[in-house]
Amino acid sequence: MLEIRIHGRGGQGNVVAAYLLATAAIGEGRHAQAFPAFGAERRGAPVAAFVRIAAHPIHRRDQVRSPDFLIIQDQTLVHVPGVTTGLKPGGGILVNSERPAAELGLDPGFVTLTLPATRLAQEYLGRPVPNTALLAAFLSLTGALPLEALIEALAQRFKGDILERNRKLVEAAAHEVPAGAWKEDEDARSA
Amino acid sequence: MPAALEGSQAIARAVALCRPQVVAAYPITPQTHIVENISKLVADGRFDCELVSVESEFSAASVVLGAAAAGARAYTASSSQGILLMTEVLYDISGMRIPLVLTCANRAVSAPLNIWNDQQDAMAVRDSGWIMLFCADNQEAVDTTVQAFRIAERTELPVMVCVDGFTLTHTLEPIDLPSQEDVDAFLPPFEFERRLDPARPISQGTLVSPEWFPEVRHANYQALLAAEAEIEAAARDWAGLVGRETGALVEADGPGEARTGVLCMGSIHGTLEAARAAAPDLEPVRLIRLRCFRPLPLAAIEAACAGLDRLIVLERAIAPGLGGVLTTELRAFFADRADAPRIYGFAVGLGGRDVPLETLGRALASSAADNPRHFAVLDLEPEKLPEEDR
Amino acid sequence: MDHQCPDPDRLRLRQPRFQGLTSGHRACAGCGAAITARLVLEATGPDVLVANATGCLEVFSTPWPESAWRVPWIHSLFENAGSVAAGMEAALKAQGRDTKVIAFGGDGGTFDIGFRALSGMLERYHNVLYVCYDNEAYMNTGVQRSSSTPHAARTTTSPPGKARMGKRHLKKDILSIVAAHHIPYAATASVAYPPDLRKKVRRALAIEGPTFLHVHSPCPLGWGHDGALSIEIARLAVETGMFPLIELERGGVTGVMPIRNPRPVAEYLRRQARFRHLFQDDAKAREELEHLQAIADHNIEFYGLTGHGPDALDTEGADTAHRGGMRWA
Repeated sequence: MLEIRIHGRGGQGNVVAAYLLATAAIGEGRHAQAFPAFGAERRGAPVAAFVRIAAHPIHRRDQVRSPDFLIIQDQTLVHVPGVTTGLKPGGGILVNSERPAAELGLDPGFVTLTLPATRLAQEYLGRPVPNTALLAAFLSLTGALPLEALIEALAQRFKGDILERNRKLVEAAAHEVPAGAWKEDEDARSA
Repeated sequence: MPAALEGSQAIARAVALCRPQVVAAYPITPQTHIVENISKLVADGRFDCELVSVESEFSAASVVLGAAAAGARAYTASSSQGILLMTEVLYDISGMRIPLVLTCANRAVSAPLNIWNDQQDAMAVRDSGWIMLFCADNQEAVDTTVQAFRIAERTELPVMVCVDGFTLTHTLEPIDLPSQEDVDAFLPPFEFERRLDPARPISQGTLVSPEWFPEVRHANYQALLAAEAEIEAAARDWAGLVGRETGALVEADGPGEARTGVLCMGSIHGTLEAARAAAPDLEPVRLIRLRCFRPLPLAAIEAACAGLDRLIVLERAIAPGLGGVLTTELRAFFADRADAPRIYGFAVGLGGRDVPLETLGRALASSAADNPRHFAVLDLEPEKLPEEDR
Repeated sequence: MDHQCPDPDRLRLRQPRFQGLTSGHRACAGCGAAITARLVLEATGPDVLVANATGCLEVFSTPWPESAWRVPWIHSLFENAGSVAAGMEAALKAQGRDTKVIAFGGDGGTFDIGFRALSGMLERYHNVLYVCYDNEAYMNTGVQRSSSTPHAARTTTSPPGKARMGKRHLKKDILSIVAAHHIPYAATASVAYPPDLRKKVRRALAIEGPTFLHVHSPCPLGWGHDGALSIEIARLAVETGMFPLIELERGGVTGVMPIRNPRPVAEYLRRQARFRHLFQDDAKAREELEHLQAIADHNIEFYGLTGHGPDALDTEGADTAHRGGMRWA
């Protein structure tokens, strides 16, 4: 079972990101589950969402406490208490940031990568919503699912020009990171 | 290929497949997504119904009461404070034997204000005379919704389909939506014999004096007990039609040598299953899930508990001054049974507190002491209490 | 209570008027609520569904296993007649039936506890005629004040005494509140003027959308008068200006019944035990009498009830109209 925790701020499409990832997995014939850390937060507040992906039906419904990967949609969250809590040793952290990973000051026991996801989204979609770019990069890094699965999931939400822009964004974001760099971890965990 | 659907979206689609003619609801967290999805289906022309966006839950229940009395298949959904606000109408609907379906997105009850999942709301209306079914997952919520209409219309009793708020309503997972053909085959058009009709005028909801009241109550009580057969038949026929098992009254599974049972309702069952699978060194445990809470299926519960020395009841609610609702009911039922298991009761996951895998082990460890009258909050963190209360 | 109803058209030929509420019910003699329900259903005919709020009307008409209703009738609760009627109307719409839905509620079920349901029904524009039979207190539970109880009236929860002169507050102006929902038609009527009442029912039924009829309905027990005087007292309420008969369309006044000879309020009040304390030799009593007269004067002035000379449609002209005579609608 692959467990992912997505951190962001209210309004950044955090739940949508989790739903997209699980939808992509289900489209690939995998079992998946996505849900938010249900809160009453308003825009701007730190929020989290959870994704589980597995080859078998998923029964548990508790929050993801020891994720394999973190996706952080806002770099100002990386030092918020609890954000990296429970991440498995050697686990990957993908952060939306313009800065190099080393500058973020995260625990060197984790593998941190950054992606200028807001800039990419602004460029391709005209909106500063980092979630799609981060998911594309995440899938490229881990090889957990083909990028096409993400595009199929996006096609359930968007049509026409907006979908086309998202497709280009997915391709561009995927090229920003070393494809397959986190693949071994993913393989080991989903075995 | 199953669809990737959020629980609320799947429930809304299932409702539409059942073709209710009148839907009335008032939004309340965490039921909102169900109402919003139904509204969108109606707006998109994919669901033809009279959607009545009422000014309160009290009216939501009253509108569906009136609609069903006039012969329409009717549906509503609510949660928590909304269920409590409509409580008076809930009693009225069942007392008048009006068939309709309500989805309860289970949530804690104020005060203190808490929008998260437990099952206090459903427990608060346990004597309202409704059939109450608790779903383990969203697939079952979909299948139960379809079954609920048939059960309601055959028994002339209302059915409350309970789904854990957020934990199910806001979780996206793979769902097999039934086909319209299957739902139509399972659920014939609603023909309400007692409908309000000028060609055959009847009076409904009359004043009933002491001369008749006990007989009316007795008849309703018997009807609710007899509904067990329709609940089982609906599950069986649905499985035969779509090839998918839902629970019926009670589900139990575990190794034959298990002498300990853990009983729950709703979605924590899945977490307990995962916990058992993840901890092979735990003692053998039989997991028992009550899908049907009203009528309380005593014979099925007894069968599910056969051979157990110890029964641990995990509840998502608390009965102040008493302990647990289900715990108390089961203790009462088993009181005169010679081979009764010792019954331990715990509240767990109140107000949306996460129920992790460790819950199972903690429940087993906490009920080792020979003190079966005990009821406690299993996941209490005593350090958060004022010193004198620890 | 399930009896076959003959074909409505044949029924009309056979009977002078359709009796939706038959005799044999258990209302007190002179009960205004019973008269209201009977008159309303005379005008609607049998092709209606009725939703009834908890109250006297429901209790006296349906002691199981009997029912005085010859139309499909449902009673749910005290505070939800508006919503139950809305649900019935939605069902009829979904089924393509054009039967009209009538809701009956007393002043308790309409002004007070059922107000939310009424407001929601009006705002959502359900095709329902809501009839409030207003007997100006909670009569079903033994005469307690409601927000419709007139100022200074005695009820068991607004008793006069050394320190109090009956109800301290004013009667709620429900019609203006209802009209503020911009509904097509809202009117007052009185059991003292049956043709006017029936005309207003027919008018309301002809409209697609929410309509409201507020009927002044004396309660001999609660008001403290002989049951034989119900109609006379109801007429005095109109003639004194205490209960103006008016019609509003989309919130604006479009019709009033002029008062040919306005009478002093004391003539209306004196006949009812609920106002007896106002006729003692006491400064406060005199003050309250003046207060009530001022309310009536205000109504007459505000709605222009003095008219312009004798009129076939004024309080005395209307009283002479009867079946086979004047046709109103």
